[in-house]
Amino acid sequence: MKQSGKLTLANGTTFTGSWQGTAPVKGEVVFFTGMTGYQEVLTDPSYQGQILVFTYPLIGQYGIQAEASESSQIQVAGVIVQTLAEDGEGTSLASWLSEANVPILSGVDTRSLVHLLRTEGDQFGDMVQVDMSVTASIDTAYIASVSTTSNVEYVPEVEQGHIVCIDYGVKQSMIDALLERHMRVTVVPYDTTPERIQALAPDGLLFSNGPGDPTQLDPFLSGIHELATSYPTLGICMGHQVLAHAFGCTLLKQHHGHRGANHPVRHLASGQVFMTSQNHGYAVDVKSIEASEMELAYEHINDGSVEGLIHPALPIMTVQFHPEASPGPTEAMVVFDQFVNSVLHQEVAYVG
Amino acid sequence: MWDKQKVLVIGSGPIVIGQAAEFDYSGTQACQALREAGCEVILMNSNPATIMTDPSTADHVYIEAMTLEKATAIIEQDRPSHLLATVGGQTALNLAMSLEEAGVLEQYGVELLGTSLETIRDGEDRERFKQKMIELAQPLPESQTIESLAELEEFMAVHGVPLVIRPAFTLGGTGGGIAVTKDEARLLAQNGLQASPISQCLVEVSIAGYKEVEYEVMRDSADTTIIVCNMENIDPVGVHTGDSVVFAPIQSISDRMNQQLRTEARKIVSHLGVIGGCNIQFAIHPTEERYFVIEVNPRVSRSSALASKATGYPIAKLATRLALGERLDDCINPVTKETMASFEPTMDYITAKVPCFPFDLFTGSNRTLGTQMKATGESMAMGKTLEEALQKAWRGAGVEQSPLYPTWMKTAESDELWKEVMAPTDRRLLAMLALLDRKETTVESLVEQTKVQALFVKVLQRLVDQQQKIDLTDESSLKQTKMMGFTDEQIALLTGVSAVEIEHLRKEKGILPVYHMIDTCAGEFKSATPYFYGNWSGQTEVTASTKKKVAVIGAGPIRIGQGIEFDYCSVHAVRALQASGYETIMINNNPETVSTDFEVADRLYVEPLTLEDVMHVLEAEDCQDVLVQFGGQTGIALASGLENAGYHLLGTTADVIDQMEDRERFYQFLDDIGIDRIPGQEVATHEQMTEVATTIGYPVMIRPSYVIGGKGMHIIHDQEQLETIVSELAFPVLVDAYLQGKEIEVDCITDGTTTYVPILMEQLERAGVHSGDSTMILPPVSLSATVQSEIERFAQMIGQRMDYKGAYNIQFVLHDDQVYVLEINPRASRTLPIVAKVTGQPILQWAVQAAVGQAVALPTEQTQLDFHAVKTPVFSTLKLQGVDPKTGPVMRSTGETLQWTTDGLALERFIFDETTKRHLTTRDIIVAGADTEAFGTSVALDETIDWAQCAIFYSHVIEEKASREAALAAGVQVLTEPELAHYHLQAIEKSPYAVKPLHTWTEPIKEEVK
Repeated sequence: MKQSGKLTLANGTTFTGSWQGTAPVKGEVVFFTGMTGYQEVLTDPSYQGQILVFTYPLIGQYGIQAEASESSQIQVAGVIVQTLAEDGEGTSLASWLSEANVPILSGVDTRSLVHLLRTEGDQFGDMVQVDMSVTASIDTAYIASVSTTSNVEYVPEVEQGHIVCIDYGVKQSMIDALLERHMRVTVVPYDTTPERIQALAPDGLLFSNGPGDPTQLDPFLSGIHELATSYPTLGICMGHQVLAHAFGCTLLKQHHGHRGANHPVRHLASGQVFMTSQNHGYAVDVKSIEASEMELAYEHINDGSVEGLIHPALPIMTVQFHPEASPGPTEAMVVFDQFVNSVLHQEVAYVG
Repeated sequence: MWDKQKVLVIGSGPIVIGQAAEFDYSGTQACQALREAGCEVILMNSNPATIMTDPSTADHVYIEAMTLEKATAIIEQDRPSHLLATVGGQTALNLAMSLEEAGVLEQYGVELLGTSLETIRDGEDRERFKQKMIELAQPLPESQTIESLAELEEFMAVHGVPLVIRPAFTLGGTGGGIAVTKDEARLLAQNGLQASPISQCLVEVSIAGYKEVEYEVMRDSADTTIIVCNMENIDPVGVHTGDSVVFAPIQSISDRMNQQLRTEARKIVSHLGVIGGCNIQFAIHPTEERYFVIEVNPRVSRSSALASKATGYPIAKLATRLALGERLDDCINPVTKETMASFEPTMDYITAKVPCFPFDLFTGSNRTLGTQMKATGESMAMGKTLEEALQKAWRGAGVEQSPLYPTWMKTAESDELWKEVMAPTDRRLLAMLALLDRKETTVESLVEQTKVQALFVKVLQRLVDQQQKIDLTDESSLKQTKMMGFTDEQIALLTGVSAVEIEHLRKEKGILPVYHMIDTCAGEFKSATPYFYGNWSGQTEVTASTKKKVAVIGAGPIRIGQGIEFDYCSVHAVRALQASGYETIMINNNPETVSTDFEVADRLYVEPLTLEDVMHVLEAEDCQDVLVQFGGQTGIALASGLENAGYHLLGTTADVIDQMEDRERFYQFLDDIGIDRIPGQEVATHEQMTEVATTIGYPVMIRPSYVIGGKGMHIIHDQEQLETIVSELAFPVLVDAYLQGKEIEVDCITDGTTTYVPILMEQLERAGVHSGDSTMILPPVSLSATVQSEIERFAQMIGQRMDYKGAYNIQFVLHDDQVYVLEINPRASRTLPIVAKVTGQPILQWAVQAAVGQAVALPTEQTQLDFHAVKTPVFSTLKLQGVDPKTGPVMRSTGETLQWTTDGLALERFIFDETTKRHLTTRDIIVAGADTEAFGTSVALDETIDWAQCAIFYSHVIEEKASREAALAAGVQVLTEPELAHYHLQAIEKSPYAVKPLHTWTEPIKEEVK
């Protein structure tokens, strides 16, 4: 007999479902609108600590494939689905989550839950088996929990340059994208000092994606500014936000985040529009750009939010979306081409 | 910038298998988009049953034969500045290419909108396509052109078998097929080389068994490229996608594979230079991450219509705007109204499509599915689970579920079921259900044998298992069962409790259907579109209004006998109701149609047209009034159930419908009002049938009491022949005298006091040929004034005495100068759109106003016309192996065209498109079969006939079925009725008529009405 469980949101609303899990969890409840890619999403460190709601009603149909994970572990705190499908070949989603002690609430009215989050905003919730007591509090130092604790080096078959990746919760496919472009990648802890990074003699820097509130990184802003002005720099997602912050932009928490694989973005210089994979709950305040050192380079078609910045004089580019996809559309991969190109040629600035 | 620009839009012509109502939807959307942009729209389409050819759709409507000459004449006359050719299927593309090749576009300075003809050729021409794919390093199945068996051996030595062999330049792929062994390949190649006029075959490595998926792509002139929807076929490669059950979105494909195909699809579309919509089909290796490109269609298609309806994203409308040069990021998403069209829809439900086949109409037809499409239509359904979507789509397609699969499968031999599975036939999935239910196979075994993905076979297994799991005392069990798509009726069958009791029990437990909005974005944004589907999970998003409202029951999937005409009627019913101040609720499940465009009715529900599903919608909408008589037989079939449940049918009652359908009661009605009818009687046994037939006298017509498309009707000439059909009959049946005479039809409107008979329609072929398959001339050319006024008098009497308001149809037969009533259909008929267009009168509007009980100022006199319109049936028999092209009481045509004439004689009856023109103008031999002396002079049929040299084949006797099929396959027109043969000899002497827009024919009449 299946156990019942429930999700209680901060506003007091509850949603019930079938529970699979061992312990209650607390986390920010957010929804993902992509129809494929559940495994990539669940292992994306940017989702660390969050309770993830899938809008697509069948999750798990094609099982779990070892090579599809974005990190070495499941990152989400809990999973909420309408129907947990167990039809895949090999390892099933349910058993994979169970082995990692990640609870699932299935049979949930996810559409109503999404409507609620859409109108009232992303919020914290408790996911529990009906007779369990809720978790008292949670540690929100997410980046510290997902970042590497020591330097890790990835070496490509042919090496043309060296990128140091400041790890706020980097996805494997970001590293892969650089390796494919003949870059050696050294992933370093999020709190590595500028001096130690300079000692690694990088040709360029990648400030990675990562979970939670970007103000976690406030103590490091001056170091980030110093580094970015010294090397060709790419910031993605959290990396984008923290660089923007370091260069004078202000950040805001979105009402409900962008999490899906169908986000249209316009590149202002070319007018080109393309689909992107996104996962963020914070954003750069568009009004703060003018007074900052950065310029707007990409915007979201639907809500006009900031999707990317460039520095007018230095080779610094930041993007809110995920050019490495995984899951989602791959057309933004061109961002890595541009970055590697600027690393190879040590160009002064990005062309708009 | 587009203001006052003239754009010619070419439609797809008559409905044929493979090219159906989807092009009425795309064409109509395109016309709307062009007019919204300020363009003046000139429309060419020979199909009179479409919304597209309604005077409201375009500025100048030409219902003309789809030939190069006619298209040229239209261009010459109206001087369009632009041509849109990508919304009318293959027909429009071919015509556009002919126009270009003939230099017409250049001569008149007509610019093509959207995707260029070069791009279209890159997609169409196999060799060019191969080149383009090679340029992009896209994997195609290995193939080679061979001209000898030696070359085949070389190819097989490298690639082995299975192979697909396609002879070059044969119609409909005649002589080709899939060879599993080398010997089969040799035989196929030998035959293929002989069949090919240039002794050439394409040999291709077969990828049968691969997963088949489709991507619907949109691209604008700024190279913004999006995927609107992807879809996965249940049947692996080998079954035409139009014949397969399809799910949207893809189900068994990982994100990595999905993104790879998505990226490749974008690359292909960009490289080809498509502007607008494009469909790409891929085959994916069943277990490895490898794929092949199967096909690219650089135009809107059946799949794009399905994708539009499945997601809410109107592909044809936006494709047209892109063709005008707009960018996707300039267009608002018409569903959310606050986000942009440059995004990719995401769903929080599953859509299933189930095709509908015409096999049940024709005993002996070959049900095996392959690379040649056989389905005539499709049913679409949404659900939160695969089981729910699939079961809803099944019942929406009229598939017998007793409770899961047809009754005969319960007792059928195991071998019979395996044959269905392995052929495969249209009943494959049902036979798989039966085998699983009977525990005669396992999921693993079915997966291995059929290559259907385990994911889908497990769905079947879960449905089978659920049958045993239903516990009526347990709320969650009942809810779970509903969430898997079971109806109360199915649950009743499984539990032995009545459906009404199940309904009560369900309501007691608060298990009610909910309706969710199709919003393109999985709930991420607020949506403004009243487009809904039902399911059993979560909260309903429908709030019933307090307005006066009417629900319109649509016609469901297109079948032979119930075609696009009824969609025309449904759409007009909605418009007329709206004009009269009603809120309209459209219920229909055909994704191809205009009626399932969310912009048509105030609220649209895509739900199966079963009593249970329809009543759920009516309850949710708090709607009491239902219009059933505009959706063909589908609506009529629901009448008594709705009435019993307390709903009010507008203009009709279940009793009137029964009175007209039940032959005993019908004859009583005619006798009561003093109208002559054919002698006939209902009989309950074989003996009684023989007795009555003898009393009435042969020939007799044997038919079931309830008929659609002439299904189950037989003309019997003697007792011996009667014995041969006994095994097919289900008593009681009707025995009617078969009167060899002339058939006449009328469509009338009555408001209860006034009856209007707009026009008489004369059937060219003798009575006994289904009216849907006949050549019809309106107004008549050969009827005396006396006969005409007698018919009108009868029609008036019926209108006065039948307890009915709205449109109805009567079929008469004229025999020895005596007029008899054959049949009364108390509903809008197949010919109503034609009557509306030919008379130029608001026939549908009047019919709807009459039905809702409004006073209608109906004309009292018949319309006087100074021309005769000729309706031509168009057949898809070539695509239905085993179906005899000989016309008879069972309808077999799929579409129709219309030609305007001065005297009723139209060459266009035979030359209605480029193909018929090519065959009839380059060949002149007429071949005569047995007993065709009455047809005309001709060459006698013998074995040496080379059909490729022949134009016409007169054939009348049953035994020549094989010759008729062979003739048809070679492009010969088969005439099986002497009247048609005579008409042909006269018509062939004429020249094609000059083109003339619809309104110039009907304008003088409108003046008179005013």
